[in-house]
Amino acid sequence: MIQRDEQLPVGDERGSAPPDGRPLAAQPKWRRDFPIDWPHDEWVSRREFTRFLVLTSGALAVGQLWIAAKSLLGASAPAAPELQVAKVDELPVGRARTFHYPAGSPPRILVRTAAGFVAYDQQCTHLLCPVIPAVEQGRLYCPCHEGWFDLETGRPLAGPPQRPLPKIRLKVVEGRVFATGIEEQAR
Amino acid sequence: MAVPERFEFFVDPGRCIGCEACMQACTECDTHRGQSMIQLDFVDRTGSPQTVPIVCMHCEAPTCAEVCPADAIKRTADGVVQAARKPRCIACNNCVLACPFGVPKMNTGMHLMMKCDMCYDRTSVGLKPMCASVCPSQALAWGTREEMLRLRPNARPVNAFQFGLQTIRTRVNLMVPLDARAEMLDVTSAIHEPTIGRDVMEDVFVEGLPEGMA
Repeated sequence: MIQRDEQLPVGDERGSAPPDGRPLAAQPKWRRDFPIDWPHDEWVSRREFTRFLVLTSGALAVGQLWIAAKSLLGASAPAAPELQVAKVDELPVGRARTFHYPAGSPPRILVRTAAGFVAYDQQCTHLLCPVIPAVEQGRLYCPCHEGWFDLETGRPLAGPPQRPLPKIRLKVVEGRVFATGIEEQAR
Repeated sequence: MAVPERFEFFVDPGRCIGCEACMQACTECDTHRGQSMIQLDFVDRTGSPQTVPIVCMHCEAPTCAEVCPADAIKRTADGVVQAARKPRCIACNNCVLACPFGVPKMNTGMHLMMKCDMCYDRTSVGLKPMCASVCPSQALAWGTREEMLRLRPNARPVNAFQFGLQTIRTRVNLMVPLDARAEMLDVTSAIHEPTIGRDVMEDVFVEGLPEGMA
């Protein structure tokens, strides 16, 4: 009898004997690529391939649904509590200051224009550089890539940014400025 | 699921009575329903009624799989050479021509090679192959080696064959008389070649060859 056990690695299944009797490891590459033995063959049946397609597409679909559900739930999340960010007296017209709302957030920028107070996320929607108020021109300016935003609405006017700056809702009560919420503005 | 190693197939041509029950039972096998994979050969049809049932011998180095250009014929870990995988078989007929025992059959309608797979749906769950379950003389027998040696003290199993320069070792055993000294059986000696050419001429012209033919 041919010693089958010596022709295969330890712990392997019983394998067929190549005609020249040499072990599988000593066989040419084509024979190792196309083994006669079923356990050595990387056989993918039509059913296995279909199962792979169905399961991966299903996983992608579930992921999409999860992202959609998460964004829907995030939109209805309770707003952060109101926070006093400045007093009217300490900020003259044309000046600005940063604040954090809610606490621990990325910096927001509060600008006092002739018309009143406006506040936005300070991070440019292009690559998160801090924007600089240009109150005389009625704009916000991002120096990194020459991006411009409208100071009244936060809409991008020029440069790389495509999305408007998130706007912070404000309320002025008895000489004090409160932040009351964040508007994720549509494009 | 795999065919247990201890169960072996024993073919004893000396017991074959030519009843063709195995061929009929083979058509009932679920892996190739309706088609018999067994061929009943006459050893010498003119001189003897002796028949030999031919089932797949399940070689250790299956020639059919060696010659398959489409990598369609596979041998499972239990040593059973399976019929061609349908998605791969290209119906090229190489295996049919190459098999030393003449086992594979080409189903031209299905473009698929079909062969005896030892009734894999049955033997892998502990049942006998269809043919062995019906053979009245047990020329086709399924069981353990110890059982066979106990039941047939005058025969011994041989699983080595010579085909030209090729030595073939098989999972299926052929029973030979106990006193036969051959360690290998020559497959070609069982191939019956009808006399052709000069032999025919000599038969026809009993009186001697006509002039110009000698």
